[in-house]
Amino acid sequence: MSKIITENVEVFYGRKQALFDVNISMPANSVTALIGPSGCGKSTFLRCLNRMNDTIDGCRVEGRIMVDNRNINSPEQDVVQLRSWIGMVFQKPNPFPKSIYDNVAYGPRIHGIAESKNALDVIVEKSLTNAGLWDEVKDRLSETGTSLSGGQQQRLCIARTLAVNPEVILMDEPCSALDPIATARIEELIADLREYYTIVIVTHSMQQAARVSQQTCFFHLGKVIESGTTKQIFNSPVNKQTQDYIMGRYG
Amino acid sequence: MSNEISKHHKQRLRAEIRFKRYGMAALGFSLAVLVFLMGSLFANGLPGFIKTKIMLPIHFDVAAIIPENADIASVPPSAFNKLMQQALRRTFPDAQDSDGRALYGLISGGAGAEIKKILLKNPGVLSTTQDVSFVAASKADLFFKGQISERTPEADRKLSDKQVGWLKKLQADGRISKSFNTTLFSAGDSRTPERAGFLGAMVGSAFTLIVCILVVFPIGVATAVYLEEFARKGLFVDIIEVNINNLAAVPSIVFGLLGLAVYINVMGMPRSASLVGGMTLALMILPVIIIATRAALKAIPDSIRDAARALGASPLQVVWHHTLPLSMPGVMTGTILGMARAIGETAPLLMIGMVAFVADIPSGFTSPATVMPVQIYLWASSPEAGFAEKTAAAILVLLTLLLAMNALAIYLRKRLEVRW
Repeated sequence: MSKIITENVEVFYGRKQALFDVNISMPANSVTALIGPSGCGKSTFLRCLNRMNDTIDGCRVEGRIMVDNRNINSPEQDVVQLRSWIGMVFQKPNPFPKSIYDNVAYGPRIHGIAESKNALDVIVEKSLTNAGLWDEVKDRLSETGTSLSGGQQQRLCIARTLAVNPEVILMDEPCSALDPIATARIEELIADLREYYTIVIVTHSMQQAARVSQQTCFFHLGKVIESGTTKQIFNSPVNKQTQDYIMGRYG
Repeated sequence: MSNEISKHHKQRLRAEIRFKRYGMAALGFSLAVLVFLMGSLFANGLPGFIKTKIMLPIHFDVAAIIPENADIASVPPSAFNKLMQQALRRTFPDAQDSDGRALYGLISGGAGAEIKKILLKNPGVLSTTQDVSFVAASKADLFFKGQISERTPEADRKLSDKQVGWLKKLQADGRISKSFNTTLFSAGDSRTPERAGFLGAMVGSAFTLIVCILVVFPIGVATAVYLEEFARKGLFVDIIEVNINNLAAVPSIVFGLLGLAVYINVMGMPRSASLVGGMTLALMILPVIIIATRAALKAIPDSIRDAARALGASPLQVVWHHTLPLSMPGVMTGTILGMARAIGETAPLLMIGMVAFVADIPSGFTSPATVMPVQIYLWASSPEAGFAEKTAAAILVLLTLLLAMNALAIYLRKRLEVRW
């Protein structure tokens, strides 16, 4: 059962076209990796999925993006509501310069999810636990989020996203600013989260895509060259370009 | 190393040393100018904080000067000057009748009020003789501060030989004392230097700044937030940006004319009032605040905006919860620096009538007022010699306030800034 289906998605930055006719589907409760060389449009595509491109002047997104059979690219879709439903984790860890607690509590607060202080405490603890950070920070929730290490900051950002209770989590190269150990922890976390969420991850690392994802889409110059299960893409790619990229011949 | 390269290397080295020396020379010159300015201000201004007092034995015999059974409170203070004059006469029995003006002129005109104050506070002194210290007139004050010299020929001197003799006798009798010039911080302007104070101007400046900040802060910050966070970048924003930058460079007197035309002529607000002064200065400071706020907002990384948006914050929540609080240190710094500029501004206020002689301490936003730099300007152009030290003293007060504001701005910036 596909959670996300895109139909004829095209993106323009002013006159320049960044994405051409993207038609892919992503199943629920699995990890879909978007791979491809720099500038191929994979991040642009990811940002279409929660309408983050709306804030870029001169950016236009066409086509239908169906999430649970609802076109989220229609003007009637309320973006604030959409983003509480489709969360996002960015390339560089970007915690708010507030306390760890407030970082996680921010989403529930603005959406009015928690009725009471107690309920909020529960959400914060649960989110931090699910992000694998609770044991490391439970004694210093009032310290600023920016005082954590890079890997911890990224897990804090994941916890912050989880706190809003989304169904889909978009990750834009979440490990590119992290060392291998922190990367391994995030990858474990992604594997754990897959059970409850639909995850779309953009990555530059072939190995990471192979390790964490079940589906893979290969982008090149704004087009989807090939998409399918990760096993199939990595073991028996149909397209020559995909093969070359996966073999490390370019990109 | 080849010859060519080593020659070139030496040239480079010499150029570097030359450049360093130019820099040091420039720095040395500016430091020398600063030292000269501060030195001359302190030398001239410090005596302004001291006042001379002359102690006289006052015989509180009011029967001779006021009608019987009259209430002391209802008698005009000047009537009590007579007691001071009698005391002077007793102290200098050899003075002629015709010397009256010269003799009485040694004591400031406020003596009568001082005597009345004592009588009202302590009726027990009636008919007794008590030593009372009076503020010396400006001439006498300058004599004791060494600014009027005995050696100057009498014709060129503000004090006659006789007056100098009296003052020396008073000094020999130990009747002269010096104390901190509280008048400077407790009175408004006056025509006579020893009675002129700076408080009126300080209060006027305070009222003006309050109006200024109340007007400029919300407008300036709102404008900057709109331009930076909401407006679509394009021709419209570019035009506004160029105009704001131009506005920051417009001579301040032009804002004074604008204030005169709009606030006083069109809107009919009162002249000389701190309300109009503050609103005029607000026009002048507005571009400064807008530019500072925009710079502070620009310094916030987009990743914070993205993070908030991705959690479902509305554009207003992004501004209200994140960008605006995070930009506050920068906004505060810009505002304080803008205020520091406003507090020292004179020209636009001349246009709206804040250059009037105001003896009363302003009681509200619409009462006639003057501000510190204008008071300095007024005193500097007064002919009385006593105003010279007042001017320098007032400049010191203003500079101290400016220094404090700038220090606060630096402190806030260092203390509150968020590092990314």
